[in-house]
Amino acid sequence: MADVMSMEDIRAEAARLNIDLSSVDWNSIRLPPGEDFGIKSDDDDLNEEDSLEFDAGFGNIIVVDNLPVVPREKFEKLEGVVRKIYSQIGVIKENGLWMPVEEDTGKTRGYCFIEYNTPQEAELAKEKTNGYKLDRAHIFAVNMFDEIEKFMKVPDEWAPPEIKPYTPGENLQHWLTDEKGRDQFVIRAGSDTEVLWNDARQVKADPVYKRPFWTESFVQWSPLGTYLATVHRQGAAVWGGATTFNRLMRYAHPQVKLIDFSPGEKYLVTYSSHEPSNPRDTHRVVLNIFDVRTGKVMRDFKGSADEFAIGGTGGFTGVSWPVFRWGGGKEDKYFARMGKNVISVYETETFSLIDKKSIKVENVMDFSWSPTDPIFALFVPELGGGNQPARVSLFQIPSKEELRQKNLFSVNDCKMYWQSNGEYLAVKVDRYTKTKKSTYTGFELFRIKERDIPIEVFELDNKNDKVIAFAWEPKGHRFGVIHGDNPRPDVSFYSVKGGKVAKLVTLKQKQANHLFWSPGGRFVILAGLKGFNGQLEFYNVDELETMATAEHFMATDIEWDPTGRYVATSVTSVHEMENGFNIWSFNGKLLYRILKDHFFQFLWRPRPPSFLSPEKEEEIMKNLKKYSKKYDVQDQDISVLLSEQDREKRKQLKEEWERWVNEWKKHHEEEKMDRQMLRDGEASDVEEEYEAKEIEVEELLDVSEEVQDV
Amino acid sequence: MRPILMKGHERPLTFLKYNRDGDLLFSCAKDHTPTVWFADNGERLGTYRGHNGAVWCCDVSRDSTRLITGSADQSAKLWDVQTGTQLFTFNFDSPARAVDFSVGDKLAVITTDPFMGLTSAIHVKRIAADPDDQIGESVLVLKGPQGRINRAVWGPLNKTIISAGEDAVVRIWDTETGKLLQENEKEIGHKKTITSLAKSTDGSHFLTGSLDKSAKLWDIRTLTLIKTYVTERPVNAVAMSPLLNHVVLGGGQDASAVTTTDHRAGKFEAKFYDKVLQEEIGGVKGHFGPINALAFNPDGKSFSSGGEDGYVRLHHFDPDYFKIPSI
Repeated sequence: MADVMSMEDIRAEAARLNIDLSSVDWNSIRLPPGEDFGIKSDDDDLNEEDSLEFDAGFGNIIVVDNLPVVPREKFEKLEGVVRKIYSQIGVIKENGLWMPVEEDTGKTRGYCFIEYNTPQEAELAKEKTNGYKLDRAHIFAVNMFDEIEKFMKVPDEWAPPEIKPYTPGENLQHWLTDEKGRDQFVIRAGSDTEVLWNDARQVKADPVYKRPFWTESFVQWSPLGTYLATVHRQGAAVWGGATTFNRLMRYAHPQVKLIDFSPGEKYLVTYSSHEPSNPRDTHRVVLNIFDVRTGKVMRDFKGSADEFAIGGTGGFTGVSWPVFRWGGGKEDKYFARMGKNVISVYETETFSLIDKKSIKVENVMDFSWSPTDPIFALFVPELGGGNQPARVSLFQIPSKEELRQKNLFSVNDCKMYWQSNGEYLAVKVDRYTKTKKSTYTGFELFRIKERDIPIEVFELDNKNDKVIAFAWEPKGHRFGVIHGDNPRPDVSFYSVKGGKVAKLVTLKQKQANHLFWSPGGRFVILAGLKGFNGQLEFYNVDELETMATAEHFMATDIEWDPTGRYVATSVTSVHEMENGFNIWSFNGKLLYRILKDHFFQFLWRPRPPSFLSPEKEEEIMKNLKKYSKKYDVQDQDISVLLSEQDREKRKQLKEEWERWVNEWKKHHEEEKMDRQMLRDGEASDVEEEYEAKEIEVEELLDVSEEVQDV
Repeated sequence: MRPILMKGHERPLTFLKYNRDGDLLFSCAKDHTPTVWFADNGERLGTYRGHNGAVWCCDVSRDSTRLITGSADQSAKLWDVQTGTQLFTFNFDSPARAVDFSVGDKLAVITTDPFMGLTSAIHVKRIAADPDDQIGESVLVLKGPQGRINRAVWGPLNKTIISAGEDAVVRIWDTETGKLLQENEKEIGHKKTITSLAKSTDGSHFLTGSLDKSAKLWDIRTLTLIKTYVTERPVNAVAMSPLLNHVVLGGGQDASAVTTTDHRAGKFEAKFYDKVLQEEIGGVKGHFGPINALAFNPDGKSFSSGGEDGYVRLHHFDPDYFKIPSI
């Protein structure tokens, strides 16, 4: 490759070749891929990202220091000891252990190199044996080979870090100030990821930002909608803004599989699992918790998949995501994970366990945080063949005080459902019948905000009904249950207001298996996904009436927009056909539909909670007429504009079409004679002469009859 | 009105053609026997026996005396419409696909598939007035396009031939010199195989249907793209109403995937679109498989569809149809 040319050289070369440099359009020049002609790229940070992956050729080698210095006779013994220690952790490569010796004395130098098959093993070895006490005088100091160079470069003198001048960032909440009060959503189809406005008044989606290959597996909004997270081989990244979607931060985590934001979006949890080199070992799991804004790793957790696989009631293999469940509302103060017989609660001030120890709960199966308060509920199944009852307990954090406990008998399974304000907790309890052959379902309702947390037991009208779905009204006091064993189950709505569970209505024989409440409550969609092929019923629970029934054939996903005004139903690529999404109004009117092949994801951009005080909200509700006037006028204007545009468009299309038709007529007329020639003088090729032609045919038939007569 | 179900073919339909008077309907299918029907009541009038392979396409002369058919048995045959006798056989070295009579019926264009190392080709044959004088020699052979040429038709005054097929490109050829005059621009053209092509009654424009789930309307002289109709299914067949500004698209999920899903998923409907506004007007359901062929009666008052299910469905429009508002 040529050395870098100076501008002087370029001018000279250009003069030699007779090229006028000022007339060259530099932007139009494309270099062949992989060739840079010695010109340094100015987006180095892209390459940096790559180097993370490829430079780590020695990532599987560790350096063990502070070994005893031994003479030649004892060399083999020491090697044996070291090999024994390190081969327990992973497979050392053939000739992968190298202990240098001094040439003249034959003594070892007090360190050795060990090469493993994988970087993961090397890292594990470093973690486990750094600080290993061989004896009092020899405490191992283990480092990655790759890091040696880094440590060599540490300057002897401390220099104060350079303070970067403050540059104001973009207003990340800008999308909330949209004049038309629209909501955004992101879709992923094929290799493209696209953010759009839902312009429901104009019955279309308005593109905001589109980027091919934006993510390598999926995208995810942060819970308050500030960030859009993408997932790559090297780690996760977040992007933000109203229209620009600049990259705000990167979080290095090789081979990251899953990500999860804390509810207040202060922290990001990333997860990866790595194939072990020894097939008998379990997968190795790495979890990092990043500070979203600074990108700093606040805490990392490493271990075998077994340690993180506990959880969920089914006892399935692999981790149940999220491993860390966040509690305590939007402040992101606590997070917890379930271990074997323990629940470990961490607080984010220090990122360590509260009181430095976990809460011991024998055989805990499942736990679930209140969405708003630092309270969680946990479930322990029956033990000792029914001698020790199952129980559901509520714990307060950070005091770790047990607020309430309920023992339950002959329990098969429990599921906990919190209402979004944390006011109620419904526990669905599946109990065995006396014969133990089948189960029936009951509910325990905890009223969290009332004194002493009263518990109420209630059952469905027919307690043998299987419960298919359960959903609380967001911020409300009602819930819906889909139950029954029929191919067409029943849907019931209950209210828990006034200290008693009261049934509102049972809708018989519905084609539904999912309930989707509007985020504002009141409206609910009874959806029949999968087996019911996408049946939708839009139901108003205030009036107890069906507003509309519809179908989005093969629909797989349903999501309300964060304001509860619109609903998106989508068919994702689990089906080969029909991929795309529909946007509906809250009352079940289809507004528009967009088809996209290989459709993977549809996600509304969440909104942070309203800044209005409850009083103000109430005032608005009361004077809705006054407030809505403004919007009615806007709606009117837009509908006039739309019909105007439509008329204009139609007129234009018509004129254009008539131009074509006239031209064709002209050509047709011009070619008339030629056509007649081609048809041996037969003139008729126009519709009007159609009748005359028929008469001709009759004559022909007469002729043929005469032939037969002869 | 209830459609008339015409059961006569044992295999999927491939092509439908009305004669100029609109009293006869010719149907081709993968069984070896093209069939002629009364276009009014769907009564079977007769069959044309002689082919030994699937019949892909046919055309009937202006005076309804001659029928030409192209078949997978590597031949195209000329028939006497009235008696059903074979008048002549054009033999090829590969299956014949599309056939079309020129203006004046003195020429016919026949396309052949790529086969055993042979490339696809477009042949122009002279059609003699007296079948005894008929010879098999080609006047012109055009080669070049990759893959099958699914349709080839004559342009205005027989000066050009328009071809379209598997390579998704519409081409216009000069019939005098055999030169390629025009190809459609890549960006605006179809993205997948063009399966069908239908000319307007006056031959001034034509409609192509493609597996890319769209149909496109082109000017026949300049190859200008005028309209695009987007649908949800691969398009196997297209037709244009001679009476109203309507186009009909037929198609559906690939036959091999039909059994895996609900019958509604197949979308085996004939979809009507407003020709000018490109908006969907309605659909006619009925077939149990993809629609492979569509044709409008020249009077515009009925149309027929042929499906993978082996049926031809003949639809006479209700009076309401003619009241559909248009611009």
